[in-house]
Amino acid sequence: MSSTTTGWVRPKIEQNWLTRLLDWKPFLIILCLLPAIGLLAVFLTYPLGLGIWLAFTDTTIGRSGRWVGLENFEFMIEDPIFWNAVFFSVFYTGIATIGKFALGLWLALLLNNHLPFKSLLRAIILLPWIVPTVLTAVAFWWIYNPQFSVISWMLIELGLRDTNVDFINTAWPARWSLIAANIWRGIPFVAISLLAGLQTISPSLYEAALLDGSTAWQRFRYITFPMLLPILAIVMTFSIIFTFTDFQLVYAITRGGPVNSTHLLATLAFQRGIPAGQLGEGAAIAVSMIPFLVFATLFSYFALARRKWQQGESND
Amino acid sequence: MATVEIRDVKKAFGSTQVLHGVSVDIEDGQFVVLVGPSGCGKSTLLRMLAGLENITGGEIAIGDRVVNKVPPKDRDIAMVFQNYALYPHMTVYQNMAFSMKLAGAPKEVMDQEVQKAARILGLEQLLHRFPRQLSGGQRQRVAMGRAIVRNPQVFLFDEPLSNLDAKLRVQMRSEIKELHQRLKVTTVYVTHDQIEAMTMADKIVVMNHGRIEQAGAPLELYDRPANLFVAGFIGSPAMNLLMGRISEGAFIDAGATRWPLPAQYASMEGREVVYGIRPEHLRLDPNGIEGRVHVVEPTGSETQVMLRTSMCAVMGDISLIGAFRERITARPDEALSISPELSLVHIFDKASGQRI
Repeated sequence: MSSTTTGWVRPKIEQNWLTRLLDWKPFLIILCLLPAIGLLAVFLTYPLGLGIWLAFTDTTIGRSGRWVGLENFEFMIEDPIFWNAVFFSVFYTGIATIGKFALGLWLALLLNNHLPFKSLLRAIILLPWIVPTVLTAVAFWWIYNPQFSVISWMLIELGLRDTNVDFINTAWPARWSLIAANIWRGIPFVAISLLAGLQTISPSLYEAALLDGSTAWQRFRYITFPMLLPILAIVMTFSIIFTFTDFQLVYAITRGGPVNSTHLLATLAFQRGIPAGQLGEGAAIAVSMIPFLVFATLFSYFALARRKWQQGESND
Repeated sequence: MATVEIRDVKKAFGSTQVLHGVSVDIEDGQFVVLVGPSGCGKSTLLRMLAGLENITGGEIAIGDRVVNKVPPKDRDIAMVFQNYALYPHMTVYQNMAFSMKLAGAPKEVMDQEVQKAARILGLEQLLHRFPRQLSGGQRQRVAMGRAIVRNPQVFLFDEPLSNLDAKLRVQMRSEIKELHQRLKVTTVYVTHDQIEAMTMADKIVVMNHGRIEQAGAPLELYDRPANLFVAGFIGSPAMNLLMGRISEGAFIDAGATRWPLPAQYASMEGREVVYGIRPEHLRLDPNGIEGRVHVVEPTGSETQVMLRTSMCAVMGDISLIGAFRERITARPDEALSISPELSLVHIFDKASGQRI
């Protein structure tokens, strides 16, 4: 050792217990995970657990309940309002998703071309998404207002109609109106996500396809669509989950009316649990959403799995 | 198979002119290489030929047909891209069969054509792999296979070897050349690598700043470069170029060294010229011009020596590179005498850069 020649020896540092503890890997792992686990436990696991627990009790507001087994679910299954909410949740999610993806994909394809004012257009497209949902809902509430609807006013001024349009006063128009509002709000998320996906497709693939003799439709069908599919599947999963659990739009515009015709599972659960005070029943309705959401998550899990053509080394 | 005529073609992106009137005649079955530094317009010219860029001025004809307004798919050409542009979600088979699938060819024809191309390129075992599962050289072959099944009039290659490592590049170079000899399809090949150009081409078109500097057979360009740009671009190591003037039947460089001059230039007394001599055309000569060895680089087959012949107050050291068949054991700063092969000296006008 060279230290013997100079006579200087590195002093041995005595580590105290705290230093040793902080150098101990298992402790460090626990320490670093604690905030995340704490947040998840307090804000996700506990409410979920409590919700499931409540679903099996007859708790009402102001009175802690007792275990009633499946009674809430038995009642729920015989409740036509619940089945109406299931129907509308599925219908709402289905139609809104189709609308959002048809229009969102179309917009994304449009914006992927060289357009004048492209960045400005992209910014405008994002607007519906930036506006808080409740503001959207209030705006649509005015647009759909039986007396003051701007659409009714325009149609009458243009001489196309004599009376105000019935947007939310009867069941089916109300359903379609809510779906339209949801589509309007959901398009930006879909369009921007798909645009990001489109921009990862190399332009030389389109050039190669052009030389291979493809028409515009064939380029979409054989290149754009298959290459967009992985992203499309993920975005669609998220969109389905968000739409199925939607609450704000419906609650702010129709509150589930007229005559419970536009209740989603989320709004019905809230309605039963908080204003009506039947926490147990509300929780049971909320819990009934879990199977649908698990299915959507599984879908996303399999869509996220890399496709066969994406596997293998990427040395390009 | 077809001839290709490029007549006074111009290209501008907005106000930026990238091609200033370029004309090239390509004979049926010829292998033409467009070569030049990056940004010289060679790739743009190829893309115009393919129909991927529109033509600002002039005419391009394939066969007897002017194709200025013909869409790419009707030009009967096939192109190999620099990044290969293989469809990542299709197997090798599907990639190669794609053009036939679009044209609605029956399954048997597709099978037959793909198998034929796969046999030529040695891809039979790989037909069911995806591009990601292939090595660089294999992807390159698939890209060529996709071009071959089209059975085009003209093959276009856009720097196809620049993504490969040095060894594979040499191998693919000879494969492409062999393929051309076999299929005899008119080929236009773009590269920035002059060695690729020299080894593969029937005809080289040297481009710079959107203009053609010289077009001709590889050895013609090597033996008689038309100007300083071509002289410096073709050949490796590059030609030694010395500035100076002609005086009393010899060339005097900036460091006042006297270089022998071919007889036909002796009359141009006092003219400012550039004296060009290729490294391989210098020979060891005890009675020649003395220089000091700077760096010796033995490659086995030859020895490259960087020599400093003189000092110049204005230009700095005058040094040149010689490539000798002899094995030279000289140490740095030792003296070495050389003389140029008189018949292989190139003289260029200093002002215009043109060969005299």
